[in-house]
Amino acid sequence: MSEMSDKPEKTGRLSVFKTYKLYVGGKFPRSESGRVYEVTDPKGDWLANAPLSSRKDARDAVVAARKAFGAWSGATAYNRGQILYRVAEMLEGRREQFVREVAEAEGLSKSKAAAQVDAAIDRWVWYAGWTDKIAQVVGGGNPVAGPFFNLSSPEPTGVVAVLAPQESSFLGLVSVIAPVIATGNTAVVIASEKSPLPALSLGEVLATSDLPGGVVNVLSGRTAEIAAPLAAHMDVNAIDLAGADETLAKELEIAAADNLKRVLRPQPVDDADWSAAPGIDRMTAFLETKTVWHPTGSLGASGSSY
Amino acid sequence: MTMENAHATAAFEYAPAPESRSVVDIAPSYGLFIDGEFAEAADGKVFKTVSPSTEEVLSEVAQAGEADVDRAVRAARKAFGKWSALPGSERAKYLFRIARIIQERSRELAVLETLDNGKPIKETRDADLPLVAAHFFYYAGWADKLEHAGFGAAPRPLGVAGQVIPWNFPLLMLAWKIAPALATGNTVVLKPAETTPLSALFFADICRQAGLPKGVVNIVPGYGDAGAALVAHPDVNKVAFTGSTAVGKEIARTVAGTRKKLTLELGGKGANIVFDDAPIDQAVEGIVTGIFFNQGQVCCAGSRLLVQESVHDELLDALKRRLSTLRLGDPLDKNTDIGAINSAEQLARITALAEQGEAEGAERWSPACELPASGYWFAPTLFTNVTQAHTIARDEIFGPVLSVLTFRTPDEAVAKANNTPYGLSAGIWTEKGSRILAVANKLRAGVIWSNTFNKFDPTSPFGGYKESGFGREGGRHGLEAYLDV
Amino acid sequence: MPTTAPTSGGAAPGLTDVTASDSALRRFLHGLPGVDAVGLEARAASLGTRSIKTTAKAYAIDLAISMVDLTTLEGADTPGKVRALGAKAVHPDPTDRGTPATAAVCVYPDMVAVAKEAVAGSDVKVASVATAFPAGRAPLSVKLADVREAVAAGADEIDMVIDRGAFLAGRYLKVYDEIVAVKEACGTDARLKVIFETGELSTYDNIRRASWLGMLAGADFIKTSTGKVAVNATPANTLLMLEAVRDFRAQTGVQVGVKPAGGIRTSKDAVKFLVLVNETAGPDWLDNHWFRFGASSLLNDLLMQRQKLATGRYSGPDYVTVD
Repeated sequence: MSEMSDKPEKTGRLSVFKTYKLYVGGKFPRSESGRVYEVTDPKGDWLANAPLSSRKDARDAVVAARKAFGAWSGATAYNRGQILYRVAEMLEGRREQFVREVAEAEGLSKSKAAAQVDAAIDRWVWYAGWTDKIAQVVGGGNPVAGPFFNLSSPEPTGVVAVLAPQESSFLGLVSVIAPVIATGNTAVVIASEKSPLPALSLGEVLATSDLPGGVVNVLSGRTAEIAAPLAAHMDVNAIDLAGADETLAKELEIAAADNLKRVLRPQPVDDADWSAAPGIDRMTAFLETKTVWHPTGSLGASGSSY
Repeated sequence: MTMENAHATAAFEYAPAPESRSVVDIAPSYGLFIDGEFAEAADGKVFKTVSPSTEEVLSEVAQAGEADVDRAVRAARKAFGKWSALPGSERAKYLFRIARIIQERSRELAVLETLDNGKPIKETRDADLPLVAAHFFYYAGWADKLEHAGFGAAPRPLGVAGQVIPWNFPLLMLAWKIAPALATGNTVVLKPAETTPLSALFFADICRQAGLPKGVVNIVPGYGDAGAALVAHPDVNKVAFTGSTAVGKEIARTVAGTRKKLTLELGGKGANIVFDDAPIDQAVEGIVTGIFFNQGQVCCAGSRLLVQESVHDELLDALKRRLSTLRLGDPLDKNTDIGAINSAEQLARITALAEQGEAEGAERWSPACELPASGYWFAPTLFTNVTQAHTIARDEIFGPVLSVLTFRTPDEAVAKANNTPYGLSAGIWTEKGSRILAVANKLRAGVIWSNTFNKFDPTSPFGGYKESGFGREGGRHGLEAYLDV
Repeated sequence: MPTTAPTSGGAAPGLTDVTASDSALRRFLHGLPGVDAVGLEARAASLGTRSIKTTAKAYAIDLAISMVDLTTLEGADTPGKVRALGAKAVHPDPTDRGTPATAAVCVYPDMVAVAKEAVAGSDVKVASVATAFPAGRAPLSVKLADVREAVAAGADEIDMVIDRGAFLAGRYLKVYDEIVAVKEACGTDARLKVIFETGELSTYDNIRRASWLGMLAGADFIKTSTGKVAVNATPANTLLMLEAVRDFRAQTGVQVGVKPAGGIRTSKDAVKFLVLVNETAGPDWLDNHWFRFGASSLLNDLLMQRQKLATGRYSGPDYVTVD
């Protein structure tokens, strides 16, 4: 054929579709239920079939997150920072892919989608820098009135269930995952129900960023269906309700009381698109404070007794 | 013949295991790095930098004078406006780039540093370079979080920082200076030491690779006169110096009456206090690390060993046995523990102080140790029967020389440890936690190591009390020196 | 040659008082200097960075081969398996008869006779685990019978396990008495290795105490582990035991051997352990009379490295024997 075009779609070549899968325990399973649901762009055009996760998928994800918690929370803050920065590096290399996915998912122009992706990459960098600083900002020595050394330090709370924002499929997603894992928690994330594809692709990035398997687990499907067993799960320590509407948020908060999960209620987002600079609230919401006392011997009044 | 018999005669001699020198390409000459370009000195002067382990000339380096320092400060001033106006997140990304490039080039830089400084490759590879990269990584993360650092809602940078660094940890001291300065939005003119200029000049190339805007970092190798000119320059807003207490005092006088902010990290005479309930094998390791790390050319070295009299003999036996296993020689050999002294001048100073120790009646001991024929070398040395009255217990030797003193009670240990004009570091060895904390409370020193020694981390503030200087480098505290607060 | 351990059980010279009673023994063991875990592990890691090349590597590999207690301790062991192991111990590399023999084969007591026959005519020793290995949960009479039968069948060395339950409960004298009794059952010919199961003792302070306890009771060797638990020989726990034998000799004049066992699989690991020996206990221990590796798969890796040094090309598993 002599007719050639710059645009690949006009060459007549048939493209290869990607099968979107969950990301659990560092692997890419389909839903154990075998179910999928149709994901469309805002105009209703078909984009892909995404796994429709079941409560058993949620259960498996919690097991994976719990298993990963020991090593991840025990890693040095420096090491966690290096890995979060690596996520930014790997995302930068797949920027075009995410721009396309975000544009399709949210019906944005290329340039608006690009701004979202760039902000998401920078957000990983922002949290990469927090791993070894948060303890210096929220922890510290306490001048107790007695001969005691007294130090308060933040520690991660454990396994955190995260309902990703429904509207901001990527920047919102990154904005809720990164603060949870920066401090050493592990996460079970429910992707935006109608726009899960960027989240499922993020799993592929995380899997190649030296992030240990199980630290982040990504599920797609009906938010309410997956969130219910997570909110009631006795081996989940906290839940971020960012992606829940008012009714669901209340239901989940009631369920979460069974083991007194730390609950982060849906927060008003300054800009609906999550572009405002985050503070430290999303980290401190999932931190415990541990205070250690230790005698320091005598402080002089009673003479020298060491 | 059985293997058993065969082995009875052989010994486990480690064959030479030299790190490859070919990973680093040193040019025959280097210029000053000003406004993003390498340039000759205004007066055309150059100086040679040699490898202390062989006395081989490594390269010829342009020698900055007053005019060059002025040009560098102007470049830094010119760059300051845009650099300080960048969003913190953008400055952060430059610093992250630098950190990553240092990680990528760390083997090359480790070999370079070993060649120029004389310290063992084991140290540059496993301590200096990882700490350098980590320091940039850490302060990169602060660049966009300054409002969380406790210095107000929008702390401002100072302007142009004039920084003068020593030869004992050339690249690490550069990192301690440049990383917080850049993170907070300052621009810098840095003068490396005249015996170790090369890693700073390689760092200039890293700035190029990272795409750092011109003039943000300027490097002016040279002697004390260049340092003095930098410190005295009227358009410098901040002076940071690491080096001797004598020069530190001179600098304090120079900046008196100006608005320049000053931090000084100076000498030390650290006490390493070993109680009778110490974990003895680890204490021995800590004593060795404390005084023989980097041939003792460390401001926070544990150069005075204060040992409880009841365990003195036992500890000294163990220490001497351990010192006999130290391997002194080619710094590029991966099995070398003790490298070369940095310069002939430093060697002469160490030699003179050690001789004075003998003359004043202290008992000198070194393990059997053959020193290479060329280069600057000093065998690991212990002095026992030392008292607070001996010169070697008072003056900073800055070499592999340990003075051993005894004490009877914790009070006496604290009194002796504090009995010095310095106050940089101290070590405490005991298995009893409350004793550690009580003694630490009473020590007048900026860094106290308990059951460890010579540990460094970018998150941890470092700096001295008294004549060891003021200001802290590292950690959240390290930001203050570069902010208008 | 340094003094060997006393041939009959009992306290070492100069330290008889400390085993006079349970409380005296406890005071002594708890009076040993503490171990700082971070410092110990840092020292072990630092020695692990030694770079052993060319002639030093060749020396170390042959030395390591000569120190292997080639081991099979499986429920499925058969005379055939043990004979094959014995043949391998005597001639580890059939393509190179210059390869040193291993120090010993290590088997269960009922396989001692077979093993003895398999290594007949060589210098390879037969070591037998005993005392209800690996748990050690049997009456003393059963443990002693286990030992006597192994010795009677020709065992040159007995690898006993201590009663970790008693140790962790603080009944040190019980542990001590048991070692003394086993030592006596070994008689004058069999050397005794005392296994602490360091992974179960859990703390470094305990490992130091157990080391001294074993040496006081007359151990010829102190040995880390059975290879049957999660944590076996590590550079740090072996370093600690090397410090113990070094200090014990300095104090009593009696030299005791060290055997890390389990988890050492590569030549690189083995060489790191030899560096630990060289720079902690010293060259006097660089001999298979004083240092052993309890291992099975390690030997083939040593042989492949040895072939690599001889030929300059990397070898593969098809060029060493599977026994």
